[in-house]
Amino acid sequence: MRKLALNDEILLKVDKAARYIGGEVNSVMKDKEKVDIRFAMCFPDVYEIGMSNLGMMILYNMFNAREDVWCERVFSPWTDLDRIMREQKVPLFALESQDPVKDFDFLGITLGYEMCYTNILQVLDLSGIPFMACERGEEDPLVIGGGACAYNPEPIAPFFDMFYIGEGETSYDALFDAYKANKAAGGTREEFLLKAAQIPGIYVPMFYDTAYGEDGTISSFGPNREGVPEKVEKQLVIDMDKGYRAIEAPVVPFIKATQDRVTLEVMRGCIRGCRFCQAGMIYRPTRERDVEQLKASAREMLKNTGHEEISLSSLSSSDYSGLKELVNFLIDEFQDKAVNISLPSLRIDAFALDVMSKVQDVKKSSLTFAPEAGSQRLRDVINKGLTQEDILRGAGEAFRGGWNRVKLYFMLGLPTETEEDMKGIAHLAERIAEEYYEVPKDQRNGKVQINVSTSFFVPKPFTPFQWAGMFSEEDFVEKAKIVKNEIRSQLNQRSIKYSWHEPDVTILEGFLARGDRRCADVILKAYQKGALYDAWSENFRYDLWKEAFAETGIDPGFYTLRERSTEEILPWDFIDAGVSREFLVREWNKAHEETVTPNCRQRCSGCGVKQYGGGVCCESKN
Amino acid sequence: MKVRIKFSKEGPMKFVGHLDTMRYFQKALRRAGLPVAFSGGYSPHMIMSFAAPLGVGTTSLGEYFDLELTETVPTAVIEEKLNSTMAEGIRVLSARAVEDGKAGKAMALVAAADYFVEFREGKEPEVPWKDRIGEFTALPSVTVTKKTKRSEKEVDIRPYIYQLELKGDKVFMKLASASANYTKPELVMDTFQRWLGCEPKPFCYQIQRLEVYADTGNENRHDFVSLESLGEKVE
Repeated sequence: MRKLALNDEILLKVDKAARYIGGEVNSVMKDKEKVDIRFAMCFPDVYEIGMSNLGMMILYNMFNAREDVWCERVFSPWTDLDRIMREQKVPLFALESQDPVKDFDFLGITLGYEMCYTNILQVLDLSGIPFMACERGEEDPLVIGGGACAYNPEPIAPFFDMFYIGEGETSYDALFDAYKANKAAGGTREEFLLKAAQIPGIYVPMFYDTAYGEDGTISSFGPNREGVPEKVEKQLVIDMDKGYRAIEAPVVPFIKATQDRVTLEVMRGCIRGCRFCQAGMIYRPTRERDVEQLKASAREMLKNTGHEEISLSSLSSSDYSGLKELVNFLIDEFQDKAVNISLPSLRIDAFALDVMSKVQDVKKSSLTFAPEAGSQRLRDVINKGLTQEDILRGAGEAFRGGWNRVKLYFMLGLPTETEEDMKGIAHLAERIAEEYYEVPKDQRNGKVQINVSTSFFVPKPFTPFQWAGMFSEEDFVEKAKIVKNEIRSQLNQRSIKYSWHEPDVTILEGFLARGDRRCADVILKAYQKGALYDAWSENFRYDLWKEAFAETGIDPGFYTLRERSTEEILPWDFIDAGVSREFLVREWNKAHEETVTPNCRQRCSGCGVKQYGGGVCCESKN
Repeated sequence: MKVRIKFSKEGPMKFVGHLDTMRYFQKALRRAGLPVAFSGGYSPHMIMSFAAPLGVGTTSLGEYFDLELTETVPTAVIEEKLNSTMAEGIRVLSARAVEDGKAGKAMALVAAADYFVEFREGKEPEVPWKDRIGEFTALPSVTVTKKTKRSEKEVDIRPYIYQLELKGDKVFMKLASASANYTKPELVMDTFQRWLGCEPKPFCYQIQRLEVYADTGNENRHDFVSLESLGEKVE
């Protein structure tokens, strides 16, 4: 049997020891002597979160399909084990072989959200890999980052040898082949990186220099040696029927993962074009998977995992053109086999309510709407094509169907927001409550419960709001108070619950999302002071970050509060994400004019991704 | 068809806790494609009953759960199908058909269990202990203080130690395991060590459960039979 990296005494001391033992059903074991490349694939958060990540599972499956590669998994040890590993000098290990990460050729790190950045440093630290790419030697693994946050890799650029920009399906084979060729030719680490930098989608930070002007903004950014491209092009699967690498047998965790179910990816991208949404921009164009392939995939994955639930994954399931067919298939095929069907990101309409009443207990479930802004004016600014009439109609139908719980999600601090927009949140919640009490008493199910939740808006790269300013902590708190007070003065205020996110995490997220290379010092300093698991509110310590800002002399306000000019060189400008700068500027201006842009199926807005020649851009329009 | 599954749990699997082991088998039964019976309602669950929870860190050669199938399947087929989808460290040792009313639920049947206890390296008592087990077993009563949330009370666990002897380097014990008199092997060993005058060291035991029994006798004369032997093979 496999020998574990941690001894029994350690494993009996820590919480959920099964996080660290590997050996799960469908995990892949290979003979390390018989492969050329050992790849440690890391999600820098705790096991249960990381194991719920679809991107990581797709790459794990794809890499292991190659005979010459063995891809294993690495997660952040929870704080209890972190302490023990430091005390006893136990190196971080991969789950399958239980071998130290330092023995691997590659350490791949998934960048799902900004708040995991200190965990990246934890992983490097516990692995015994130098923090700075420039300090690594020939024996150290090549550290490569990928995922949503790779679209602005600059704040963490000094910690990485490479980044992969875009979807992993297209360029990893070329990267592995280049690595093997370089190894066979006796090439150095730097020689390999130079070759890698010429593979589409690969960004090698050390080959690019950045300079700053007197006002602190970037004055120039570009390659510092020949053969390295000026622009790094995002990678994507254009033909979802042929290029998509469907997972047949996902790993089945022993402990309950956050997503304890089969995840069926139905499409990538979103036709809607909400101006705040990074995913809706960087994953363009919208590309659907074939419904027959999805049916086969669903059957296969349920059979191979034994999961009790299947969930559809996409940015907006309602826009998948085969949704009805797929959902009816899932209900017919699996419901009598006691498989739950979970349909997140559905727009509430007659079809959705019909399906929901079939797959869940109406009494126990709640409806979710994400109007994002409280007034129609502000919803036009953000291009959220959801009107008050849509919401009231959907809610009304649902109430007559027996539902009595509604969740509403909003953002505060959006560009051009006024007090009226904030108060509009309370008024919309009130209108929904009134809608409920208009349903005849014998048809409704007790009292209505409306949960209003607000988060604070964080501008993200490659969105029309990438130039927008954020607000200070005090301003954010003030905004939440306005909403709270307005809700308290509504007629049905007892039916409305209000909760809001902490502003300090938001500000840090804003700083990291649009930072440049200089921000790496702050991240390293905060980590050295003990910042870790910042995405977990019980571990988040803003005081450490404040100290780190003070000691590095970096002002977070420069990155968060400032509205940028559209002329400014942004840290992520060297990436070609498909959507053009002209389009983003146009949308930024239209936002200020409160003008909406139709979705991709209604009319092409000329965002620039038509160049890829696939997806919604090439759907027949008849 | 009501089926009793006996399985082993060894190696790294000992770190998978009781609830996760149940979840593991729920998924394994689906992978195996067995016709499992479900309860009704919006969140249907498998009709299954685990015999005796096993603590994290303990290995076992005799774990049990009972399960309801919607149709009769030969027991050898059940064993084969399940074993084709097991993780390393967990094996299905047998499947046996049990009668519904007579056998009852696995958990309610449990009366006793066998264990092997070993000292981990460097964690043995400081004084000679092997040749004193007989003396300890001969005591007429072994009183321990059991702490509950509200009170402390003295309990004589001697009647619950059905057997205690040295086998090679390991201590073998047969202990009462019904819900009313469930006795942990650690408690017996700790008490033994304190009787020797030693304070037990943390993490000093490696424990293996060997078998779980029902009692077909009575209070005065036990007749322990393994849960497996209460069932039958079905061709």
